Amino acid sequence: MSAITQDRSGTLAPFGARLDGLTDSVRKAAIGALHKSGLPDRRVEEWRYTSLRFLAETPLAAPADIYDVAQVQAQLENLGLSTGPLADLPRLVFVNGRYAEAFSVPPADVEVSFFAKTQTFGTLSCPDRDPLTALNAALATDGAQLHVPAGKKAGHVLLVSLGQTDASVSFHPRHSVTLEEGAELTLISIQAGQGRYLHNPVLEISVAAQANLRHVTLQAEGQDAACLATTYAQVAERGTYDSFVLGLGGALSRQEIHARLAAPFAIVHVNGAQMLGSRQIGDVTSVITHAAPDCTSRQTVRNVLDGHARGVFQGKVYVDRVAQKTDGYQMNQALLLSENAEIDAKPELEIYADDVKCSHGATVGALDEDQLFYLRSRGVPDAEARQILIHAFLDEALGLIEDETARTLCTQMLARSFPVAGENA
Amino acid sequence: MPAVTETREAVEKLGQSSYKWGFETDIDMDVAPKGLNEDTIRLISARKEEPEWLLEWRLAAYRSWLTMKEPTWAKVSHPPIDYQDLHYYAAPKKKPGPKSLEEVDPELLRTYEKLGIPLHEQAMLAGVELPEGETARPPIAIDAVFDSVSVVTTFRKTLEEAGVIFCPISEAVRDYPDLVRQYLGSVVPVGDNFYAALNSAVFTDGSFVFVPKGVRCPMELSTYFRINAKNTGQFERTLIVVEDGASVSYLEGCTAPMRDENQLHAAVVELVAMEDASIKYSTVQNWYPGDENGRGGIYNFVTKRGACRGARSKISWTQVETGSAITWKYPSCILQGEGSVGEFYSVAVTNNHQQADTGTKMIHIGRNTRSTIIAKTISAGHSDSTYRGLVRVQPKASGARNFTQCDSLLIGDQCGAHTVPYIENRNMGARIEHEATTSKISEDQLFYCRQRGLSEEDAVGLIVNGFCRDVLKELPMEFAVEAQKLLQISLEGSVG
Repeated sequence: MSAITQDRSGTLAPFGARLDGLTDSVRKAAIGALHKSGLPDRRVEEWRYTSLRFLAETPLAAPADIYDVAQVQAQLENLGLSTGPLADLPRLVFVNGRYAEAFSVPPADVEVSFFAKTQTFGTLSCPDRDPLTALNAALATDGAQLHVPAGKKAGHVLLVSLGQTDASVSFHPRHSVTLEEGAELTLISIQAGQGRYLHNPVLEISVAAQANLRHVTLQAEGQDAACLATTYAQVAERGTYDSFVLGLGGALSRQEIHARLAAPFAIVHVNGAQMLGSRQIGDVTSVITHAAPDCTSRQTVRNVLDGHARGVFQGKVYVDRVAQKTDGYQMNQALLLSENAEIDAKPELEIYADDVKCSHGATVGALDEDQLFYLRSRGVPDAEARQILIHAFLDEALGLIEDETARTLCTQMLARSFPVAGENA
Repeated sequence: MPAVTETREAVEKLGQSSYKWGFETDIDMDVAPKGLNEDTIRLISARKEEPEWLLEWRLAAYRSWLTMKEPTWAKVSHPPIDYQDLHYYAAPKKKPGPKSLEEVDPELLRTYEKLGIPLHEQAMLAGVELPEGETARPPIAIDAVFDSVSVVTTFRKTLEEAGVIFCPISEAVRDYPDLVRQYLGSVVPVGDNFYAALNSAVFTDGSFVFVPKGVRCPMELSTYFRINAKNTGQFERTLIVVEDGASVSYLEGCTAPMRDENQLHAAVVELVAMEDASIKYSTVQNWYPGDENGRGGIYNFVTKRGACRGARSKISWTQVETGSAITWKYPSCILQGEGSVGEFYSVAVTNNHQQADTGTKMIHIGRNTRSTIIAKTISAGHSDSTYRGLVRVQPKASGARNFTQCDSLLIGDQCGAHTVPYIENRNMGARIEHEATTSKISEDQLFYCRQRGLSEEDAVGLIVNGFCRDVLKELPMEFAVEAQKLLQISLEGSVG
C-alpha cells in the first residue's frame, strides 16, 4: 500500500540490458514505472506473501529463436494435444513466448492477429500499479489477439504456452481476447514447459454486452519455472466472464486476475484450485471490482498443500458507491497434508454501497479424522482413503468448470500429479 | 425505498446535538511546555519521581521512536500530526497527598458526577440493577484517571485484603518497583510500533493491577479515562498481571469533552496471564468523535496486547467503540501457553466522518490454543469502518483452533465498510474458520417489525441491538447498559 519512493531499479538486474534502448512510448512509460517500483518485494502489501527472490538468483535472457522441436512435440503429446478430444480443437501454440505456426491450428470462427505484427497494447492493464505488467509491456514480443464477432458462437480455442529452454530465459507474451455483443467462446489456456524460465503473460479480456467467455487455465509449468500471469477482464451489461484456474506446476506461480464488472447485470466467476507439493509456491490473487449496480461475482478457490509447499490466496472484492444490489460471494479453503505446508490467505471486502449482499469465508484444516476413520473401518487402505478425500475436496471446485472438455482435461492432469493411489508408501 | 430514506435522514439529524458528554472542566492544570525531546521526558520522569531505570527505559523508547515512521497501512487518513505541538504532561494541581475524597478538588468530583461515575460506594451501587434472584453484586473498584494523573482510588482496602494490587502505575513504580520492572514492556516492547514507542517514552499514568496466585479478584476493577486539557495528548499505560489460577475482570470506559482541535491519544495496555489465569478486559469507548462535518475529535491510536503465558490461561477482549474521530486499535492475544484461549468481541460504530480501523491479532504459538473473534461493524453517514485481523498459527501450535466472524452493517450509501482478515497457517493440525458478511438492514426485517406496530426507529434499534447481541452479551452488566446507551447516542434517530 505504501508507495516505495527510492529507486529500486537494482531489482531489475536479472533482465540486464534488455530494458535499455526501447523507444516505443508505451514501453518507455512502462520502463519508467518499473525503474521506480522495481520488482515488488514483500514490503509491498500486494506481495506480502509471495517473494520474487527466486527471480533474482540468475540473469534471465531473451529466449533463443531455436528450440528442440522433438521436445516440444513430446510436451504436446504429454498434454494430450496430439491424440484424443483435445487434438481436434483449434489451437494457438506459443513456444518460449513466440507463435509456433507449425504446431497450431487456427480457429475458423475467431479472428486472430498477433502482437508481433500489430504491436497494439490494450487499455485495460495497469502498468503503473502492477510492476509485472509493466515488465511485460516493456519486453512483450508476441501474443495472440482473438476477436469474436457479434453474435458468433465460436466454440473452443486452446491457447498453449510452452517453455522449452536449456538456458535461463524469460518471455512476456501479450494476449488479448475480445468478444463482441452476444458472442461466445470457450478459451482453454495451457501453461507448461521444461527448463528454467519466467513466463510473464498479460491477458486482456473484453466481454461485450450479453457475451459469454468461459476461460479455463491449466497451469502445469515446469518444476524449475516461474509463472507470473496477470489477467485483466472487463465485462459489459449482462455479459459473463467465467474463469477457472488450476495450478499444478512451477516452482513459483502467481495467477493474478483483475475483473471489472462495468455495467449492470454482469457476472464474473473467478474460481480455482491448487495442488502443490515439494517447495512449490502457488499464489492466487484476484481483485473483483463491482463498478455498476446489479452485478454478481462468485469465487471459490481450493488449495491442497503437501511437502513444504506454500499456498497464497488474496481475494479482494471492491464494491463502488454506485454498485447497489451487488451480490458477491467468496470462499477460500485449504487442506494441509504435511507438517511443513503453509497457507496464507487474505480475503478482503471493500464496500462503499449499502444495498449489497457480500460475504466471504475461509477455512483451513487437515483431512478430517472422522471421515478417514469411516473409510478405514470399511476396509479402504489409508493411502487410498486419503486420496479419496483429497479428490472429493478438489472435485467440488472442479465441478465449477462448466465446459466438459476443459473439466476432463483438468481432472486428468490433476490425477497425474497425485502420487500413485492404493500403494502404502 | 422510503424506509431507507427515512433512516438516512434520521442518521443525518444526529449532528452536534447528540454528544451529551460535551462539557469542559476548569481546573488549574500543571502543564509541561509543548514539544517532545529528551528534556521533556526527563521532566516527566522527575515530576513523577521515578527511579533511574524507568527514565532510561523511557529514553530508550524515545530513541527508537525517533527512528520509526507513522504506520500508513491502516485505512484511515488524517492531516499530519505535529508531535512537537503537543503538551506531553498535564496534571491536576497537586495538593500534598490528596488521598481521600474530601481532599479532592470539588470541581473534579462534579465532573465525575456529570459523567455519571459513581465514586462513592452508594452512588456506585445506586445505578446498578440487581438481576432477579441474585444477592448483592460485588462492588466495582475505580481508579479514576483525570487527564494524566490518577487522583483517587477506591476500595483499595478490600482489594489489599485479597492481596490484589490496584493502583496508579506511577504509585506501583514507587511501591512495587520489582513487579513493574519485571513486566513493563514485556508484552509490548518499547520499540513495538510508532505509537507504542511514543507512549513508552512519555506515558504519564494509567493503572497497575496485580492479582496473586489463586486469587479471584473480589470485585470488578474499573478505570474511567477522561481527556480534559486542551492540546494534551493522553498516554496511559496499563499493566495487568494475573498469576497462576487467579482471575480478574477489568472495565475501561471513556468520555471526553467536546472540542474543536484534534487530540491524540496513544495508550498501551499490557496483559499477562499465567497458568490457569484469566483476564477479561472490557472497553466502552466514547471519546468525542468530531462534529457532523468531521472537525475535531479524538485520534485514538492504541496498542493493546495480552500474553497468555501459562497453560490454560485465558484473555478475553470486549470492546464497544462508538467514539473518536479516528480509531486505530488491535487488541491482540499471544497464545503461548498450551491450551490457552484468546477472545475478541467487538462492536464498532462510526457515523458522520469517523474512521475506524480496528480488529485483533491472534498468534497461536502453543499447542491446542483456541481463539474466537466476533466483530460487528456499523457504518453510517460518511464514515469508514474497517475490520483488520490476523490469525497466525505457528508450526508448533498443533490442534490450534480459530473461529472468526465479521459482520458489517451499512446505513446510508455514503459510508464504507471493509473487512481485511489475514490468515496464516503453518500447522496442518490447525483448524481455522473465517466468515464475513456485509449487508444493510434488510427490508424484510424492517417490514416485519413495522407491521407489528414498531416505529421505524424502534425497528432499526431492535435490529441493530440484535446485530450486536453476540458482543454485548459478553460485557459485564453495568457496561452492557452503558454500551446500549452509547449505541443509541451514536446512531440516534436510527436506533430507537
